[in-house]
Amino acid sequence: MKEFILIFRHEDGHKVASPEQIQIWMKQTMDWVGGIAAQNKFVEGNGLPFDDSRVVWHNNVVTNGPFGDIKETIGGYIIVKANSVDEAVEFAKGSPVLQGDGNSVEVRQIAQRDSIH
Amino acid sequence: MKQPELIPHLFRTEFRKITAVLCKLFGIAHIEIAEDIASETFLRAIETWPYKGIPENPTAWLYTVAKNKAKNYIRRDQVFTGKIASQIKHTLSGIEEIEIDLSEQNITDSQLQMLFTICHPSISTEAQIGLALRILCGFGIDEIANALLTNKETINKRLFRAKDKLRTEKVKIEFPGAAEINKRLETVLTTLYLLFNEGYYSESRDTVLREDLCLEAMRLTYLLAENEHTSKPVVYALLSLMCFQSSRFEARKNANGEMILYQDQDETLWDQELISKGMYFLNISAQGDKISKYHLEASIAYWHTIKEDTHEKWENILQLFNQLLQIEYSPIAALNRTYALSKANGKAAAIIEAEKLGLTDNHFYFTLLGELYKGIDDDKARKNFQKALSLAKTQTDKQTIQKKIDIL
Repeated sequence: MKEFILIFRHEDGHKVASPEQIQIWMKQTMDWVGGIAAQNKFVEGNGLPFDDSRVVWHNNVVTNGPFGDIKETIGGYIIVKANSVDEAVEFAKGSPVLQGDGNSVEVRQIAQRDSIH
Repeated sequence: MKQPELIPHLFRTEFRKITAVLCKLFGIAHIEIAEDIASETFLRAIETWPYKGIPENPTAWLYTVAKNKAKNYIRRDQVFTGKIASQIKHTLSGIEEIEIDLSEQNITDSQLQMLFTICHPSISTEAQIGLALRILCGFGIDEIANALLTNKETINKRLFRAKDKLRTEKVKIEFPGAAEINKRLETVLTTLYLLFNEGYYSESRDTVLREDLCLEAMRLTYLLAENEHTSKPVVYALLSLMCFQSSRFEARKNANGEMILYQDQDETLWDQELISKGMYFLNISAQGDKISKYHLEASIAYWHTIKEDTHEKWENILQLFNQLLQIEYSPIAALNRTYALSKANGKAAAIIEAEKLGLTDNHFYFTLLGELYKGIDDDKARKNFQKALSLAKTQTDKQTIQKKIDIL
């Protein structure tokens, strides 16, 4: 079985939603991840807080936040087991992140040990 | 206590202590000698006490006999002396000086060190459980076979091979070093967890024996919790889980030995003292910075001590299962999570999730689907229950499922 990383891109929730709304998203996210884990397809995952983020550029220029021109940035990821990219995409479709217009979940295969070039 | 009950009682409590101390003294290679000396000690009691009367302090009598037998053994057996006496401290000062320390402290330390030896990764988990029952719990081979639903011959073979392996691996009887202890403790806790589950979920009809298994697992876990080397939050978490589970022991079976499901249990039969102990240990376990599966399972068990169905209860159980499954998948956790989902988020959402589980060789899976479809599509519910019935192996499970079909 292959492993895929699902990368969430969205706006900083704290800027666009109330604490109550964030609570609801949290529960939906935990139920979604729990559902994947209940199929024995969960590998790992984490949220990436927006606070204290930096981007280090060419020539060691450091800026606050990765954000630049786009509002949506990486807010977290999970790694799942799937037989094909299509199966991984089906998992991604359930992500609560996709409730936000402009948000996305990028699905990328994790390079296996024996297939790293 | 009268004489006929006294010897079996002492056998259960003292055999394991004598064995552990002697084994610690002789080394794992001579585990059988330790067992033999302990057995002979009890044989002497059975031969002597009926005629001469029970000694004033039976335990002290047993220890004296065991010490003398051990010393005689060392003195008599030259091969043994050559091979082993050199490993024993105080050899230079002569055999009479050999200290066979049956103090409470040394008994506890020896038992705990034996626990780590027995739960060595080089032997299989089932062998670990068998050895733990024999050496640390003082169970007879018959009892072990009965508890693990197999025969004496299988158990004897299993124990023989396991001892042989520990011998060839030259496993030392000691506490693992600080660098290793967490990893080794994990194996020990797994074995104790399984030992408890053997008792709790066993199909064996011998209720007393099953309860004994649970109590022994708790006793050993408690020893770990009390010891400075092993008193870790994760140990308290397991202990807490065991307390919560055991609190329902009385309520789980009816007079005919049939299983009573959680929602049908009479909660006045739940043992409140064990529940409060469970809460006490759960609080201590929260002091660490790592959440283990035992923490999560204990917390789930805690919520189950509240009988009333509230949204808060099921939402908490659901989130705990969500976390548990991320740490360690198991089909039963996946099914229980889906049940909690139906209670927290409704049956419709749970059916969608349940259909994805695909545990099609598991009768609990179809029982769950049956439950979820009940009241929504009774025809589908019946079909799922019937599928469950065809997959169920034990009489208890079949009865439970048949009842569900009958009331549909």
